[in-house]
Amino acid sequence: MTTTEKKIGTAANFVDERLGAAKWVKKSLNKVFPDHWTFMFGEVCMYSFIILLLSGTFLTFWFDPSQKEVVYNGSYEPLQGLKMSAAYASTLNISFEVRGGLLMRQIHHWAANIFMAAIVAHLLRVFFTGAFRKPREFNWILGILLLTLGLVEGLLGYSLPDDLLSGTGLRITSAIIQAIPVVGTYAAFFLFGGEFPGTDFIPRIFTLHILIIPGIFLAVITIHVMLVWYQKHTQFPGVGRTEKNVVGHPILPVYMAKAGGFFFVVFGITAFISAVASINPIWLYGPYTPGQISAGSQPDWYMGWLDGLVRMAPPLETHAFGHTISWNILIPAVIVPGIIFTGMALYPFIESWITGDKREHHLLDRPRNVPNRTALGVMSITFVMISLINGGNDIIATNFDLSINQIMWFSRIGIFILPPLAFIITKRLCLSLQRADRELLLHGAETGRLLRLPHGEFVEVHAPISPEKAYLLQSHEQLVPLEIEDVDARGVRRPGAIKNKLQRRLSKAHAVSVPKVTEQELKEIENH
Amino acid sequence: MKRLSRYRRHKAAGPLLLIFALFAIGTTFSVASATVTETQSVFDRSASIEEGKQIFLKGCSSCHGLNAEGASIAPSLIGVGAASVDFQVGTGRMPMADMSTQAMRKPRVYNEEETAALAAYVASLAPGPAIPGESELNYERDGNTAEGGELFRNNCAMCHNFAGQGGALSQGKYAPTLMGVEPKHIYEAMVTGPQSMPVFSDKTITPEEKLSIIKWIKSAEAEPNLGGATMGRIGPVSEGLLAWVLGLGLLIGIAVWLTTRAR
Repeated sequence: MTTTEKKIGTAANFVDERLGAAKWVKKSLNKVFPDHWTFMFGEVCMYSFIILLLSGTFLTFWFDPSQKEVVYNGSYEPLQGLKMSAAYASTLNISFEVRGGLLMRQIHHWAANIFMAAIVAHLLRVFFTGAFRKPREFNWILGILLLTLGLVEGLLGYSLPDDLLSGTGLRITSAIIQAIPVVGTYAAFFLFGGEFPGTDFIPRIFTLHILIIPGIFLAVITIHVMLVWYQKHTQFPGVGRTEKNVVGHPILPVYMAKAGGFFFVVFGITAFISAVASINPIWLYGPYTPGQISAGSQPDWYMGWLDGLVRMAPPLETHAFGHTISWNILIPAVIVPGIIFTGMALYPFIESWITGDKREHHLLDRPRNVPNRTALGVMSITFVMISLINGGNDIIATNFDLSINQIMWFSRIGIFILPPLAFIITKRLCLSLQRADRELLLHGAETGRLLRLPHGEFVEVHAPISPEKAYLLQSHEQLVPLEIEDVDARGVRRPGAIKNKLQRRLSKAHAVSVPKVTEQELKEIENH
Repeated sequence: MKRLSRYRRHKAAGPLLLIFALFAIGTTFSVASATVTETQSVFDRSASIEEGKQIFLKGCSSCHGLNAEGASIAPSLIGVGAASVDFQVGTGRMPMADMSTQAMRKPRVYNEEETAALAAYVASLAPGPAIPGESELNYERDGNTAEGGELFRNNCAMCHNFAGQGGALSQGKYAPTLMGVEPKHIYEAMVTGPQSMPVFSDKTITPEEKLSIIKWIKSAEAEPNLGGATMGRIGPVSEGLLAWVLGLGLLIGIAVWLTTRAR
């Protein structure tokens, strides 16, 4: 034992004797994480969040969250002498006077865009592989909560500089709040401290943006990651991987080195993009005044789909008892997102109700093996994509020489037709892929070599596939529909007939799949 | 005197005196009222109007009518003024290449002289906004950038975008980009309100304010990309696209590399 080792040993012993940490550290260091590139989206989210905290802290040193009117006399000439809020003036100051300020602003904003993109990618990975199943439903809900928090936090950050674009966004936000029946107007007056725009919202948004929401974020992210730690990470099926083990690298040294390195890679890529590409050039937008608006006013991409839904809504309003209900805002901006987010949060429970599967799952599904879920996912992506396209309809119209009205009508009709179409096509594709897997397992891989038999027939030579691949192709479970009888064993009609019928139908639709290759079939092939 | 008075009863005396008087009055009037150069330019203008009319009959009358009175497919040009002609023909919008939603900017068909002749012809039909002269367009001297920016955001940005990059209007129409447009044409567009654009008369926006707007547009045009590549100065749509394609694209590439190397 060298002297260094001795010293470290003594120090470790000192801590262990007082905290009893050795057992926990040993267990933790032996934790194993499975490796797959799609498992790193969650890490991108966490690292982007750290970048956001660091760059955001920097920005708070100079940002003045106040709507006090000042006259600009900074170095950006085209705005000199104009009246503006202190918030906007201080953002200009950060951009042009503070050393490295513009880069920090850009890092903060690009990191936010990448953060949200990584959250969505992470969510899709978890959804399509069925990682949300028991026992991880709770963590799935936390994930949806983080997504929602991200949307709100992003919107607030976008609103803080008080430029023309952020004011426009806030105007729409206030309109959406006002559209809520009965309490809408009161809620909007409460939040904005009076009639829009008022003078209160920048300080309020600031407190929410830099203190309250990041605080909730930190707490939820901590629980989210600790639950992954405690429940262990899921893994893709393969030889040697079961529901009872985790195959991968221990946390030290490989995993730790890679994860630590990946943080710097994420930071590096964010800094690189921020150094070469402009984002939110607020000096071009000008200060916010309610009388002004720019063509092509869009929110950041993660809010774009909501904007697109509002843009495609036909002008529907009802007037009753002296009150106006703006269905054109209420439906696309409150009801539809409400349904989508509630549906997403409850999906693990809905699926387990449909399949009747209450077991724990640690092995992931290959998306093709659960066609219904995969199709539902693609259907949702199609829905959001059409909304997102309509959110940028004016930009698309000018850049591709199209009519904005045509794009709107395409979206209005497409939002009803294309998602179901995507569902059907995806389900067909999944079943075809299952058939291809079955074919591969039974007849081997096509080699492209043609053989002419003595009697003149041409056949293609098939090569046997590797045992690992063969294992992967037959490792999944055969989906089976639930058997729910309308009457029980004694012939008495069971309660909840409609519910049972619905569950049976959904279960039947969910279980549509290609029959797995049986042992007998494999034996037959071998003897063949 | 006697010799002259001898003829005063002569029968030619009356007519001769009349001719003399007329000549004297005419000469006095022409000396007192008109200048020689003015007469010259009237001749020039009428020649130019005549030339413009010939160009008009060949190139424009099939849509705008033989007397510029307009038709179902094209508006009347009586009273649109020289500024309108200079804008439409000078930016190549007229003659139109096709009768689609909107005339677009393209290489001009008529040279400067022909455009001027056309403008003179159309201006001769009825009074309308004139082409602003060089001295009226000194925006560098008479304009104020910051004030122009505020006026631009108040009056122009809702169609032309916050940085003058252009934007979409209904039914495939659009507000074109203002980058690279000559100051004269920007001025004329404000005065005449071409296509979907409203007229900004001198009462709405004074000539000095128009020059401020032009000065701001020119300053936006000349502004370097302060924060890096701008991706069109069109706001968050292109930013979101870049975040996904470049940001997440690079990160996925690295993630794949990190996880495959480990094996």
